[in-house]
Parts: sequence; structure tokens; C-alpha cells
Amino acid sequence: MSQWLARQKAQFILCFIDDNRWKYLWNGLGATLKITVFAVFLGIAIGVVAACIRFTYDKTFQTMRPGPGKVLFWLANAVCKVYITVIRGTPVVVQLMISYFIIFASSNNGILIATLSFGINSGAYVAEVIRSGISSIDPGQTEAGRSLGLNYVQTMWYIVIPQALKNVLPALANEFIALLKETSVAGYVAIMDLTKAGDIIRGRTFSAFMPLIAVALIYLILVMFFSRLVSLLERRLRSSER
Amino acid sequence: MNDNVLIHVDGLKKYYKNGKIKALDGITTDIRTGEVVVIIGPSGSGKSTFLRSLNLLEMPTSGSIYLEGTDITDRRTDINLHRQKMGMVFQHFNLFNNLTVMKNMTLAPMKLLKLSEEDARERALSLLKRVGLEDRADTYPSQLSGGQKQRIAIVRALCMEPDVMLFDEPTSALDPEMVGEVLDVMKRLAADGMTMVIVTHEMGFAREVASRVVFMDEGKIVEENTPAELFNNPQSDRLKSFLAKVL
Repeated sequence: MSQWLARQKAQFILCFIDDNRWKYLWNGLGATLKITVFAVFLGIAIGVVAACIRFTYDKTFQTMRPGPGKVLFWLANAVCKVYITVIRGTPVVVQLMISYFIIFASSNNGILIATLSFGINSGAYVAEVIRSGISSIDPGQTEAGRSLGLNYVQTMWYIVIPQALKNVLPALANEFIALLKETSVAGYVAIMDLTKAGDIIRGRTFSAFMPLIAVALIYLILVMFFSRLVSLLERRLRSSER
Repeated sequence: MNDNVLIHVDGLKKYYKNGKIKALDGITTDIRTGEVVVIIGPSGSGKSTFLRSLNLLEMPTSGSIYLEGTDITDRRTDINLHRQKMGMVFQHFNLFNNLTVMKNMTLAPMKLLKLSEEDARERALSLLKRVGLEDRADTYPSQLSGGQKQRIAIVRALCMEPDVMLFDEPTSALDPEMVGEVLDVMKRLAADGMTMVIVTHEMGFAREVASRVVFMDEGKIVEENTPAELFNNPQSDRLKSFLAKVL
């Protein structure tokens, strides 16, 4: 037993202490968090806009008056539909490589490219989540807003979207937990994220157990922390329902 | 057109399914300033559709609606501007669930009338006092009873200082013991001289408060008169049989 412990201790020192290898993990964690956080915000922004276009199109296109506005609106909806279909229909790692090696081939700012890729990817899923949230809001809320003289955008912004976001918060949290873990493929395009960091340590030390378990634990702690945050937020938002 | 005509409705039609369903089949009427018009009729007669057409929550198929002389069915008219002058109260209250009572009331005045937050709050508070709910300013709609919700909905609309108030079956979703408190608010509003158009099944209320009662059936105005005349001396068979059932 004590022999086993001594071996683990030696392994630990080899993997994390020698040559300051823990710094790989620390820097990798930084990259993972940077990519995830900015991608989340980008995803929400894209998602809200795409969801509004899709929802409004389904609701009002039939009754819209003909004109250039209608054509533009049709186009915007078509773009959203294609975007959602393509993004949801291809693996995120392929999208990431296309971004890095083809679209932004001239740039080597990996973190920025990864942030854009993951944000755009997440936006497609978030769009559908939020769209279902908006559909779940009683049309009476919109009617009340419009009857006071608020325009469509004001009614959506102040009344419908806040309620929709609250309703879909659990689904959004799911999406962001998935996003955090999906960023582990960033290593494919030479980004030193958390997963890649663990892999580098494995390569240097020829020891797989310590670095990989450490990486797994860090992801687990991150997700647990994030879940806790969301449930706190949910409880706060529920204040409007007694 | 008369000088004090507030809303003039001319040949209003609303068809669904390419004309197979005629929700409104040529409505022509005037609503004058200070008038309390109560619309009655069997379900499916088009009364709610008519009321909702007045502020274009339903877009009519044809016909015109003039509010203070402006044709609001004209696509060049800014309907949002005209809706500010027409308060609306719904059957299901439709208070904004994500906002407190105070924010429900101050949102539109602040965004549209550009009132300062202070002025809007002051206006809202004095209206809340009038309906006895000033202590509810900071609660959320889910914490209110149906009667309270509807009274808030009424003063929310009044916060915009509209020229006319539209009521779409305001007491139909209420528990019976709460109907009175809402009708009381409406009666006081009528006594203050507010122009009102009300769709309701409360015949007693219609008799007491209305300056004119309109009976609709199958998308048409069948009969309209003062409440005393219409209830005591109905002319058409359709109205007679309707009154026989509801009175």
C-alpha cells in the first residue's frame, strides 16, 4: 500500500511539479474559459436575433404587405434557415477546421477563430431553443404590449424575450455545458486548451493516468460550478412567480 | 360626420378562409366622445372581433376606421401612435408577467410619452389609489387575484391617458365574487366621462351604465338603442330570443 502511494506521489510530481508542468493545465484552462465565455455571449446574441427572425417570419409573413421589406424579410429568414441547417448538420470540429485552415487561413489567432467558430456553432442551437421559448409565451402578452402603442420590437424586447429566456434557462444551461466540453476539440487547430494541455503532459511524461484524470476533474468542477450558478439564477428569476 | 364623433366605422368586414367565414360583415357605426357603448350578442357573433378591429389587433379585410378623423386602416398611418389613444382591457388581463405592477404601468408612458420615471410613478400611484391597490405597486402579477389583475390592467391602460377605452369581456374570466369590484371601477370611469366601448355578458351592467347598447349577430349590427328601449322593447326576433335566453 505504502509502495503504491509512493508511486502515485512520484507520478504526481513528474506530471505536475517537474518543469512546472502544472502551468500547461493552468494556461489551457485559461484558453478553454476564454473561448467558452465569449462563445456563449456570441451564441446568445446570434441565437436571439435568428430566433426573432424565424418566429416573426412564421407569425407574420403571410399577412405582410408586398414590397421590398417583404423580400428582405424572406431573405433574412432563408439565411437563418440555411445557417441553422448547415451548422446543426456538420460536426463542430469540422467547422472549426474549415474556419482555421480555409476561411481564416491567413490568421493565426487560434483563440479568436475558435471563439468565433464555437459561438457561431452555439448560436444555431440557441436559436432553436429561444424560438421555442418565444412560442411558449401567451400571445396576449404581445397584444397587451401592442395595444398600449409599443411597437413590435419594443414589445419583444421588454416583454416577450425576458419571459422566453426565463422559460428556456434550463435548456440554455444544457447547451452551454455542452459547449464548454465541445471546446475540447480546439486542440485540432493547434490551440493549447485544457484537453490539449493534458495531452502534452502525457506526451512529455509517458504517463497517461495523472494528466487525463486531472483534466477530467477540472471539466467536472467547471460544469458543477456552472450548474450551481444557473440554479441560483433560476431561483432569483422565479421571484416573479411568488 | 358629427363634430364629437371619436371613432367612425365604415363598412367594416373581416373574412376568414377566403370569405367562407364572415366574422364581420359590414359594420357601420359611430362612437361619440363621452359615450359608453356596450356590445352584446351570442358567442361567435363577431363582437370581440369588432372590438379588436378598432385598434387593429385584427386587421379588417375591408372597410375603414376613422379615429379622430384619421383613417387608421390606411397603411400610411402610424398605428402605434393611434393605439396610444385607445386603451384596451382584455378578458385574460394580460399583465406583463415579468414586470411588477408599477413597471407594468410605467413602461409604456416612459417609452412612448417620454415621461420621466418620477412622473410616470406618480401618475401610476395616483391611479392605483383610485382602485385601492396602491399597496400592490411592487408585487408581481402572479401574486394578485383575478379581480386585482383586471383592475391593474384597467389603470395600466389609463396610464397612457387614452381618449377611449376598449373592454373585451373584462369580467368573463373572473370568479363571480370578483366581478363587482371590476365593474365598480368601470362604472366610476364612465361617470368621469370616459368614452368606452365594452363587450360584455353583464346585462345588468349594460342596462345601468350604457348610453347605447349594440346587439350583434353573425357579423352584423342587428339592433342598437338606448338600454331602456333595447332591453324593454326589442324589435327583431333575433334579439327577442337572445334576451329571453340571457335575462
